Amino acid sequence: MAVAERVPIAERVPIVEMRHIRVAYGGVHAVDDVSVDLHAGEVIGLVGGNGAGKSTLMKALSGARPPDSGEIRVNGEPVTITNPRDAKVYNIETIYQTLALADNVDAPANVFLGRELTTTWKTMDDGAMEDATRKVMGRLNPNFKRFNQPVKSLSGGQRQAVAIARAVYFNAKILIMDEPTAALGPAETAQVRDLVRQLKAEGIGIFLISHDIHDVFDLSDRISVMYHGRIVDTVVKSEVTADEVLGMIILGKKPGQATHEELAELQLPGEGAPVS
Amino acid sequence: MADIASTAPGQAPAAPRLSIRGALSAAEIDFRLFGMLIALAAILLGFNVVNGGTFLRAENMTTLAVQGAGVAILATGMVLVIVARNIDLSVGSLVGFIAMTYALLMTDWLPNILGMGVDFPFRWLIALLIGIGLGAIFGGLQGFIIAYVGVPSFVVTLGGLLSIRGAVWVLSQGAAVSGLDPTFQLFGGSAEGSVGGTITWAIAVVGCLAIIGLLVYNRRQRRRFGFPVRPMWAEVALGVVGCLAVLGLAAFANGNYWPPGAATRYAQEHGIIEPPGGLKLSVGLPWPVVILLAVAIVMTFLATRLRFGRYIYAYGGNPEAAELAGINTRWQLMKIYILMGVLCAISAAIAVGRLNGATLDVGQSYELYVIAAAVVGGTSFAGGIGTIPGAVLGAFVMQALAYGLAYSGYNSPIQNIVAGVVLVLAVGFDAYYRRRGGRT
Repeated sequence: MAVAERVPIAERVPIVEMRHIRVAYGGVHAVDDVSVDLHAGEVIGLVGGNGAGKSTLMKALSGARPPDSGEIRVNGEPVTITNPRDAKVYNIETIYQTLALADNVDAPANVFLGRELTTTWKTMDDGAMEDATRKVMGRLNPNFKRFNQPVKSLSGGQRQAVAIARAVYFNAKILIMDEPTAALGPAETAQVRDLVRQLKAEGIGIFLISHDIHDVFDLSDRISVMYHGRIVDTVVKSEVTADEVLGMIILGKKPGQATHEELAELQLPGEGAPVS
Repeated sequence: MADIASTAPGQAPAAPRLSIRGALSAAEIDFRLFGMLIALAAILLGFNVVNGGTFLRAENMTTLAVQGAGVAILATGMVLVIVARNIDLSVGSLVGFIAMTYALLMTDWLPNILGMGVDFPFRWLIALLIGIGLGAIFGGLQGFIIAYVGVPSFVVTLGGLLSIRGAVWVLSQGAAVSGLDPTFQLFGGSAEGSVGGTITWAIAVVGCLAIIGLLVYNRRQRRRFGFPVRPMWAEVALGVVGCLAVLGLAAFANGNYWPPGAATRYAQEHGIIEPPGGLKLSVGLPWPVVILLAVAIVMTFLATRLRFGRYIYAYGGNPEAAELAGINTRWQLMKIYILMGVLCAISAAIAVGRLNGATLDVGQSYELYVIAAAVVGGTSFAGGIGTIPGAVLGAFVMQALAYGLAYSGYNSPIQNIVAGVVLVLAVGFDAYYRRRGGRT
């Protein structure tokens, strides 16, 4: 935040720029010529209905599904991201909606999956990994004690904490959170929101995909609305209402372009109702 | 919350439970592995009772161990294959192919093509290395097709099963080949192919030191980071029980003596004057068993201490997660098949050593026994679950049944019926136990 207020956002180099990204599955353009950018310490809410292309766009950044065309820049430098390893090199970390945990191994193994700490003899240093996991989990979920159990036996919130621990431990600069609160209860949701604010304050840029307009309005600086693989508009949160964003999600049009009849037909419920 | 229901491992239960299970969990012993040990002991004791106490003798147990070693060695690799949600049906054919290669190397290729006669030093090692190389190539080729081309492993290795068995025939023109290098015969584990009493004791002592060393090291490691440790009684009990078991097994194995004829020959060859009543020479551990021990230790190390093993288990638990974590999953998968091929070469050496040659059907149906051993040993086809000690125990449970039935006078059709029923029962019991919420 401190950084964000010193220099107007428009004048700084974004940490991530995605330009004219296209991703097609078969003949379907899941993402069609989409451009977004993200600054340090900024949260971009990425919203849209099912199949709007939010997750696919983010998979292009995380390396899970490289784009068919388009350009990605990190700190102004063009980069090639063809797999998850590439993304991690640029400190792009992702918390997937499915959490992407290996259920049969324990929390430290999941936190360090693919980046294990090793001893001088190239064997895994389980002690050091458990120690580091205890420290980072102490910050995220202080009550967590089950460090040697397969994560399959953990609760939804604990599993989420493990997935988040994996991202924050490795000094993410760019964090993608795909529906981070979808499977959580109210207390755990509040914890995740606090964490997002904390990470943002540390200068991490966050893409937040969510169905929950509460989350988005609560946490985002800007909101990008996607509809059928395209960006409808990217708006500054303080300049729009939740109803206007809902209208964009459902109609795929900017507020000014929608007719009164279309808006009336929506019969929007009270402000902040979740769309799903 | 679920946290209350179970005690975190490493911490003594708040109210000490006086059950076997409570003690085992405090000592962090795998409950399933312990159950398998009990099952194996029960099978052996059962056959002993049925046969009026003649079954549980060192000769019988040594023979049983030698017969089971070839399958057990392969099972240590099959665990990893199945943990990674794949299968390898070609192991039996590959064992047969490499076995025939060893036999031909010894009798024909090495002396006639490379000019390495019987006196050539380390001929056995040259043959073994060629076999291991072949295993790695065949395994690697199959692994490449599975991992990089994307043909299902069932199909690839079924093709391997058929075509490699055919290649055995082509290799030997349909003939059995016999007559090995005398050193190579030691792989077979006859009286000569055993390490003898002194080395058996030495292996046992090293084993005890390793057990104590590991316990101390693990405790130090956990102390270093201030983690909860096992209660001291559990550490001491584990050390004492482990060492007694190792020394007891060594003493038992050393109760097996050379047959009188062979002992007399040995005495004459070594210029020893035979005492009255014959020379009593301990056979000790047969080489196949020593090799199995070494393989099991190395494979356990690979599976639990190296990233390779971690990646295989993570991939088996959730292939997508492993991929997204940036693991090169294709290469890991291919490596498993290379490893499997190497194990085939080791197993083939034992088979050839026992036969003093190779027939066309060496390793026939091995794939089925090996898969059965892994599955009885607690490996799950759902992926991600299975241990190497479990698979070795599973191999010996199956071998003990077959050997015990044969010893009791039942022929091989009966042995097959029992093996099949036990396989299904073991997995059924396992599934039931898991549904009941047992620890996995």
